[in-house]
Amino acid sequence: MTMTEAPQATRRLSTSKAMVEAIAQEMERDPSVFYLGEDVGAYGGIFSSTTGLLDRFGPERIIDTPISETAFIGLGIGAAVEGMRPIVEVMFTDFMGVCLDQLYNHMAKIHFESGGNVKVPMVVTMAAGGGYSDGAQHSQCLWGTFAHLPGMKVVVPSNPADAKGLMTSAIRDDSPVVYIFHKGIMGLAWMAKNPRNVDEVPEGEHVVPLGKANVVRTGSDVTVVTLSLSVHHALDVAEKLAPEGIDVEVLDLRSLVPLDREAILESVGKTGRLVVVDEDYQSFGVSGEVVATITDHDPGMLRVPVKRVAVPDVPIPYAHDLEYAVLPRHDRIEAAIRASV
Amino acid sequence: MTTEAAPQTSTPEDVARPEALTPEVRLKLYETMVLSRTYEEAILREYHADKGPGFDIGKGLVPGEMHLSAGQEPVAAGVCAHLSTDDAVTATHRPHHFAVAHGVDLKKMTAEIFGRETGLGKGRGGHMHLFDPDTHFSCSGIIAEGYPPALGQAFAFKRRGTTDIAVAVTGEGAANQGAFHESLNLAASWKLPVVFVVEDNEWGISVPRSASTAIASNADRAAAYGIPGERVENDVEAVYDAAARAVRRARAGEGPSLLEVHTLRMWGHFEGDAQGYRPELADVNKHDPIPAYEQRLRDEGLLDDDKVDEVKRLCSSAVEDAVTFAKGSAIPDPSTATHYVFA
Ligand SMILES: Cc1ncc(C[n+]2csc(CCOP(=O)(O)OP(=O)(O)O)c2C)c(N)n1
Repeated sequence: MTMTEAPQATRRLSTSKAMVEAIAQEMERDPSVFYLGEDVGAYGGIFSSTTGLLDRFGPERIIDTPISETAFIGLGIGAAVEGMRPIVEVMFTDFMGVCLDQLYNHMAKIHFESGGNVKVPMVVTMAAGGGYSDGAQHSQCLWGTFAHLPGMKVVVPSNPADAKGLMTSAIRDDSPVVYIFHKGIMGLAWMAKNPRNVDEVPEGEHVVPLGKANVVRTGSDVTVVTLSLSVHHALDVAEKLAPEGIDVEVLDLRSLVPLDREAILESVGKTGRLVVVDEDYQSFGVSGEVVATITDHDPGMLRVPVKRVAVPDVPIPYAHDLEYAVLPRHDRIEAAIRASV
Repeated sequence: MTTEAAPQTSTPEDVARPEALTPEVRLKLYETMVLSRTYEEAILREYHADKGPGFDIGKGLVPGEMHLSAGQEPVAAGVCAHLSTDDAVTATHRPHHFAVAHGVDLKKMTAEIFGRETGLGKGRGGHMHLFDPDTHFSCSGIIAEGYPPALGQAFAFKRRGTTDIAVAVTGEGAANQGAFHESLNLAASWKLPVVFVVEDNEWGISVPRSASTAIASNADRAAAYGIPGERVENDVEAVYDAAARAVRRARAGEGPSLLEVHTLRMWGHFEGDAQGYRPELADVNKHDPIPAYEQRLRDEGLLDDDKVDEVKRLCSSAVEDAVTFAKGSAIPDPSTATHYVFA
């Protein structure tokens, strides 16, 4: 999966360790990179996004903030405008509500409003997603909302190697990048285990370009376009259905902005069937955009109607059974695939 | 809250409420704190009962994040002693002590925490999202965001000509959010009947107050909005006295006040938090406010072994009844997962 030229030595890392490794390598390489947010210092990030970095880089570069998202995102913007490369953590995507103005009216628009004269090279990291009963204010994905607002790139890794490679690209990018990691992909000891959360990761510099989707499983019968944790569920279902002769292709988008529309068209051009799996809310979002990518191009590519497996426009319920009824889990993905082949 | 035609049981004529620290009030403060602690201990037990092997936060009868309030009982007991259930309380992600002290039904609250159909929110909300129209109680998992709605509840009470008030609660970490400052200013300039409470437990997750806040006392921030500000220690009677002043002022139509209590988070930020960042951890239990208050009341002859046993027994049976009720209640039907999005 590495896009770098020479084959590299790898070892198995969790997604969170791979992400931290990319940050550390970029901090070594570029003294203007620093990381700030809530509980990113001694705690190491609530979802282990900064484990060990305080010991390595000290409190000047790994900075705990007050619970003042508007102020510290704005600080990141200002520092970026002056040529630094801040990485700013908003602990949960759900907390965008208290600081959205800085993100979408400032971070995302300054380059445009300045006619390209002012750059804002910053990364905003956020944890997303549900599946562990954290309720309606701590379980949302919301990546579709960020992707909808022009001016910020949106990265959504699904596995350790990509978490590293995409982080490297995000830090080096001259535009603002929102890097959204699903809690369920991080390989945390205190959450449900997922075998794909620990995998081979290149040791040295590892760059995965933004805007390049990845065919994580080739298949001929139906394309599942998905992202983040749902990639894992889609792969599980694909493996389960393979013995029955249902051959599923799984496309991991990796980033929403830029969106690799070519890859979507190519895969659906081959299979003629599309299932979109997205843990964000269904309407007005990612799944609709994926479908529009096909229909804008040639609705005739589709041999059967598209199936969307997303959260049915309801806040994420707390009770486990209710939550699992609305999340795009294996049962719903399987039913959608079966219905389309 | 969205109850229709909320009962108007208090009027300007009955502004006077019991404020003196009579023996009855003192015993009640003690009982409220014991009930709250008993409740938190039961939730702690149930929460950890089935998270294994290891610790999986999404597992068990009570899954998800769990923020417990042990050590902070004096704040809720001392403030809510001045309230009736016609007054509103907006609490935080750490809401149970305020819910208990404000008289939220223990069974319905526990059923909510267990994600049951009989819960306050029919299992949709969970422990950070408790909404009880009967007592005008609510809470939010977003830091400081309980402050603004309290203004509106106070506004409605005032418009209806009652002397009911709203109490808004945050932690000291939340006092660095915009919503906190916007709310103080708006309430002050409109003289809304709000009591703003800050629970300073010295920690915002792993960040000590000294590392997040430019001044030592949030009570000083009241000056910026032209309202009274007071800071007291984690002593339920000190809280009671200070809250009496703030509540009286609000009910009299003189506007809001800010009360900060220097309190104590005895347990982790949430369950599962190893608290490696916390140097004073070994000493925490020494500062438990409940045994200290119990001793004081014993020394003054208000409590003895029998009375203490009786209080603990009654609290325990109320709490265990609530847990039994929750466990025996129906799990919501997954086919109803999309209900209640709209009225
Ligand atoms: C806007 C927002 N930012 C961050 C968080 C994550 N968070 C939850 S509790 C907490 C610490 C709150 O500290 P404090 O206000 O002092 O309350 P305490 O937890 O100590 O009771 C943080 C940062 C959040 N819930 N909402």
